[in-house]
Amino acid sequence: MLKIKNLKKYFGGVKAVNDCSFEIEERKITALIGPNGAGKSTVFNLISGIIKPDEGEILFNGKNISKLNPEKISNLGISRLFQQTMLFNNLTVKENLLLAFDNEDTKFWKNFFGKNKLSNEKLKKIKAMLELIKMENFENKKAKDLSYGQKRLVELIRTIINPHILLMLDEPVAGVNPQIRMEIAEMLKKLKTQGETILLIEHDMNFTLGVSDKIIVMDEGKVIAEGKPEEIKNNPQVLEAYLGD
Amino acid sequence: MFSAYLIHLLILIGIYLILAISLQLAVGFTGLLNMGHIAFYAIGAYASALLALNGFPFWVCFFSAGILAMFFGFLLSLPTNKLKGDYLALATMAFSLVVYAVLLNWTELTRGPLGLPGIPKPKFLGFSFSDNLSFLILTAIIGLISFLIIKIITSSQFGKVLEATRDNELLARVLGKNTFKIKTMSLMISAFFAGIAGSLYAHYITFIDPSSFTLLQLVPVLAIVIIGGLASLKGTVIATVILTLLPEPLRFIGFPSSIVGPARQMLYALILILILIYKPKGFYGKIELE
Repeated sequence: MLKIKNLKKYFGGVKAVNDCSFEIEERKITALIGPNGAGKSTVFNLISGIIKPDEGEILFNGKNISKLNPEKISNLGISRLFQQTMLFNNLTVKENLLLAFDNEDTKFWKNFFGKNKLSNEKLKKIKAMLELIKMENFENKKAKDLSYGQKRLVELIRTIINPHILLMLDEPVAGVNPQIRMEIAEMLKKLKTQGETILLIEHDMNFTLGVSDKIIVMDEGKVIAEGKPEEIKNNPQVLEAYLGD
Repeated sequence: MFSAYLIHLLILIGIYLILAISLQLAVGFTGLLNMGHIAFYAIGAYASALLALNGFPFWVCFFSAGILAMFFGFLLSLPTNKLKGDYLALATMAFSLVVYAVLLNWTELTRGPLGLPGIPKPKFLGFSFSDNLSFLILTAIIGLISFLIIKIITSSQFGKVLEATRDNELLARVLGKNTFKIKTMSLMISAFFAGIAGSLYAHYITFIDPSSFTLLQLVPVLAIVIIGGLASLKGTVIATVILTLLPEPLRFIGFPSSIVGPARQMLYALILILILIYKPKGFYGKIELE
């Protein structure tokens, strides 16, 4: 589904991504791990079109997306959760979620003449998703008034609502309490059973090993190992990258 | 005498209201700190005046003013679309200065500093809006329609996309929104209404010259937007009334006109500073000024 080929991105003298190649399969949860500064988030930014690669290709269902803008990549079916919380702070939770459904809201005349009515289907979906994260009473609360954990959950369901073929989650459980962490793990497993394809960055090893089908380990901008969780756990190269000599 | 003065003030409130709510659309709702709004107002005023002086009927002048300003809004959005905050403010300010310089120096068309006198009062469907009361009714109708249109836009899902672009453009793009198009449309709509406000002004005063469209003229309009509160149309209406009426007593104190003009600007600046210190969101603002 997603194929990264010899991807390179340099920031001045820093080789953030240096000849990185990997592939992710459909209907699987693939985790991208590595020490801080390994280039994981840069790879995410390259895939979602926020930055452009210096060299290499990103093939999404056979199409090279490495030169496309973020909105085009999103509309091809890549939905992304950021490492830092990203919500429209002055909009309510419901308004934030509504923006993720489709792009009918960008059609001026359709909206001006009231032909883009909020469908019951959308409202039901929002309600169901908020119930899933136990935030059904927060629908009309502004995003800026939510706690960090609540913001993370709203972002997560927004990423899921956003039409996609591939979900990319950058540290979904960073900074959230153990209870929410477990709920997110359950949610990801459920998504996988529903046939979702997920690419995940996460530092929490227990979480990552628990939910992933495949793990790709990055260090200094390149892939140093990949395999099933049990293979990665005992890989000496991986241990060295994390623990040093 | 007093009623004539009151009607005059109400007409000015109407024109300023159109100017301010259209700036609110760009600044408050879309987050585009457009300092070139007066240029659109000027383009509208000159386009309407020149067409009227060449015998075109009022409604042609009026809509042409809006459409031409909108076209310039589109042109301005092309090089400035990737700019944000201070950089956008500076670029749009430069646009305003360029338009002012053109009005001043393209004397064959604009008569430069001599201005355009004798702009006819509007006539529409055989009815002439030559007295101030009828002009007030016209301004009120156009002001109300403008307000309703901008209200519909900002209350719709499209309005939420504008606000999303303001709050976090990168996120809006990652959700698949074409923010280039969104920002361009916002600036074009904003410019259209500034253009028709300019047309009303030209046909009301019946004389325009470049001095009516300096960057300084932006101060009261921007003050209305900030004092009323960003992304609040209700606040904009209230602030328009207050800020148009507030400097009026200065006229009766007996100061010479050379002092009254700068005193008005100082008053606006003072109110703006006080609001920013004590009520940073303005009267009814939904977001804080960054």
